[in-house]
Amino acid sequence: MVQQSHPGLTITMPSDREVVTVRDFNAPRDLVYRAFTDPQMIPNWWGPRIYATKVEKMDVRPGGTWRFIQSDAQGNEFAFRGEYREVTPPERVVSTFEFEPMPGHVIVETTVFEETDGKTRVTTTAIFQSKEDRDGMVQSGMEVGARESYERLSEILATMV
Amino acid sequence: MQQAERLDATFAALADPTRRAILARLAFGEATVSELAEPFEISLPAVSKHLKVLRQAGLIERGRQAQWRPCRLAPGPLKEVAEWVNGYRRFWEESYERLDEYLDKLQGR
Repeated sequence: MVQQSHPGLTITMPSDREVVTVRDFNAPRDLVYRAFTDPQMIPNWWGPRIYATKVEKMDVRPGGTWRFIQSDAQGNEFAFRGEYREVTPPERVVSTFEFEPMPGHVIVETTVFEETDGKTRVTTTAIFQSKEDRDGMVQSGMEVGARESYERLSEILATMV
Repeated sequence: MQQAERLDATFAALADPTRRAILARLAFGEATVSELAEPFEISLPAVSKHLKVLRQAGLIERGRQAQWRPCRLAPGPLKEVAEWVNGYRRFWEESYERLDEYLDKLQGR
């Protein structure tokens, strides 16, 4: 089940907790792989445009960690971090992705780089991890109708399917 | 952090097709346990187990009338998951657009 949500970007959801993103880039694999793994290059493209990205650390090898700090025009800062599990240049990187304001909620991302005719296809499989811990849950208020909420989620999941 | 734990519980609750089907049914209005169990081939106790997971995740709640305690959706956590997943997706869509431009620039285009 595949849907084009953006020209050139395909997102599928093969199981309930996996999101697969496929994106083609008009550049050779070595260059694309470097863009993903070179701390000098990351600030030029990583994250939404409204934030500036600073690479605090980026040790691209198994067991190495990364941490990027994003800041907005008002000087508010928040960080992302993770660790590398597998690194096979220039083909594949397996790493974790965590948003520091929400610690413990970890995504495992497998990114594969394939070149054809000088263009590179980047396929990322993101698996959302879920902890057993359910203590301290507070139900947030009902701001929208029940059906509206569920339909919204279905909508979003459908664009990933 | 409570919000992270809530998201985790929501994802775990959603990671089952029977539970997703139950939520889909409840999106159309409240229902009793037996009404919810009807379309499935699993036992009533098995359905009750699923309802317990959904309740613990804060996704459904039970009514309080003595003889009839229907289940209904509690939309807060679902909305949260939807927003979180959407945010992640938007993050990468925009990053990839920027990467496109950056790669063009590096190649002198």
